[in-house]
Amino acid sequence: MASTVLSLCNPTNHYLFDRATRIVSIPELVCPAGNLPSLKVAVDNGADWVYMGLKDETNARNFAGLNFDAASASEGLRYAHAAGAKMLLAINTFPQGLAAPRWQRAIDGAADLGIDAVIVADAGLMRYAAERHPQLRLHLSVQASATNYEAINFYHQRFGISRAVLPRVLSLAQVADVVKNTPVPIEVFGFGSLCVMVEGRCALSSYVTGESPNTSGVCSPAKAVRWEKHGDTLDARLNGILIDRFAAGENAGYPTLCKGRFNVDDETYYAIEEPSSLNAMELLPELANIGIAAIKIEGRQRSPAYVAAVTRIWRAAIDAYARNPARFSVHADWANGLARVAEGQQHTLGAYHRKWK
Amino acid sequence: MKLSLGPVLYYWTRETLLDFYAAIAGSGVDIVYLGEVVCSRRHNLRLDDWLGLARDLSASGKEVVLSSQALIESESELKTLRRIADNGEFTVEANDMGAVRLLAGRVPFVAGPHLNIYNGETLAWFAGLGASRFVLPLELSRDILRELQSVRPAGIETEVFAYGRMPLAFSARCFTARHHNLPKDDCQFRCLDDADGLALRTRDKAAFLTLNGTQTQSAQVYDLSDSIGELRGLGVDAVRLSPQSSNMIGIIESFRERCAGRPGASLEGLRVAPPCNGYWYGVPGMEYRTPA
Repeated sequence: MASTVLSLCNPTNHYLFDRATRIVSIPELVCPAGNLPSLKVAVDNGADWVYMGLKDETNARNFAGLNFDAASASEGLRYAHAAGAKMLLAINTFPQGLAAPRWQRAIDGAADLGIDAVIVADAGLMRYAAERHPQLRLHLSVQASATNYEAINFYHQRFGISRAVLPRVLSLAQVADVVKNTPVPIEVFGFGSLCVMVEGRCALSSYVTGESPNTSGVCSPAKAVRWEKHGDTLDARLNGILIDRFAAGENAGYPTLCKGRFNVDDETYYAIEEPSSLNAMELLPELANIGIAAIKIEGRQRSPAYVAAVTRIWRAAIDAYARNPARFSVHADWANGLARVAEGQQHTLGAYHRKWK
Repeated sequence: MKLSLGPVLYYWTRETLLDFYAAIAGSGVDIVYLGEVVCSRRHNLRLDDWLGLARDLSASGKEVVLSSQALIESESELKTLRRIADNGEFTVEANDMGAVRLLAGRVPFVAGPHLNIYNGETLAWFAGLGASRFVLPLELSRDILRELQSVRPAGIETEVFAYGRMPLAFSARCFTARHHNLPKDDCQFRCLDDADGLALRTRDKAAFLTLNGTQTQSAQVYDLSDSIGELRGLGVDAVRLSPQSSNMIGIIESFRERCAGRPGASLEGLRVAPPCNGYWYGVPGMEYRTPA
């Protein structure tokens, strides 16, 4: 962390003055913790915030073998606080029908435990949290699908949200426009797996498998995946649907349903999105200039080694930027380190870069 | 049970749209949703044209609702949204929380299918904001609908998407432009070529999805025509038919008959693709089950 950090009007932002006494905002680093070992290495490597979920359908990374129970959440919170980091609990799926009480108990538990903030997507649940636990800090989940400042300001007006995570659909200019027109500190994704669809409004996974991020906290769930070898080719199917077919020697990636090769007008290509992942590190100065409050790293489903590497590299980059904003550039060893742990074969700036659209 | 016609999700020529709605004026639908929900670049009808159509359809006895865009990213899109919200004549269907902000507490509105009303608490909150009707999210089942109906506040109607290719996802990226190797900002409006969207097949040639600009739809047609009795039994107030480029009047007539408790004409041969109804039964949406 830069030694000249000052806290000004916005309590969640860090600021410093550069040589021209211009105020520069230093984004906080928000890192994923799929389990306690990941949480610890995220904290050890300089995360300002770690975010985690419970072992049930209340969070959008509801994968077998992942997530926290009450005891590990409590231990994680102690560990984070001892190091000066904060912990976020994601309760960001949508309870269905009459099921909300189970999600409400998760909110109650977070408040009782003293979690620093909860990440919520469902409006009914946000209302519950705001009314029952007014001291509990609310972050608007990316799954709430708020892509413009009118939407974000509405959540602010109604529930007093303290931060909003933007879906990965906006260009840099559009992100800047949101920040300019809302009192709510804005968090954006900086690195990790990339959703090409606006989060919170994609039912492709339930169309194929019966389970989606909104309903079950999963996309293209592993239990629906079948690998079939036919001679030299390898087929990746999701509940029977052929997502991709790999020739011998081709890298066979996980069949996330929007990242396969399909046929449109007799042309076979990545019709929706390549199996690439987001890396916005080169945009760090622009994101800071815009006034982004925090940069989020995706990947609660990834290993502690991934979390450690990505956190360490992003911490180094943000600190380097804070020391000398004008001379920031992405070091080759950072880029190589991130490339080693990225999913897929290539990096993209995603929607931040207008041409991607 | 009322019959509603959802907004045209595809990009049709001005003439095609005007002809289509001229036919709709004399059809058996009770409610007509109008407007561009998918892409702000589409401009064959401007807001003033939609308002003119709305007045014509209203004069023909239809209840008209103006549908707002689902994914709103830019200030110019917000400007259009404000004009729709302030139109002062017609109810608005909000498809984004920004639209809800502009309508809540001011005028009654329809909470559209893209607002994520998954549970009773959220439904009650929307009712309190002034929603006079809500559209069930597409991926919810009849069992969840039954639960929602059991706690639905007085004064809010329930509408269910019951026919058409399902709008499953939205993106900032235009998949039609991508297919033609064109940037979105210079898309040349190639989606005009695909009156019912562009077919996306798997590599073993199975129909899978439909590309419609920035929207991704199912390849199959969601069809609850054989479950109309069940919908009525659940206290559903309106069923929505999503427009396709051909046979729409025949489809409306069949649903009209079924809503009146009579056996309507078979939709076989009228649909643009085979049916699916998995979501209704709480299984993968692409599946089809023969209603009991």
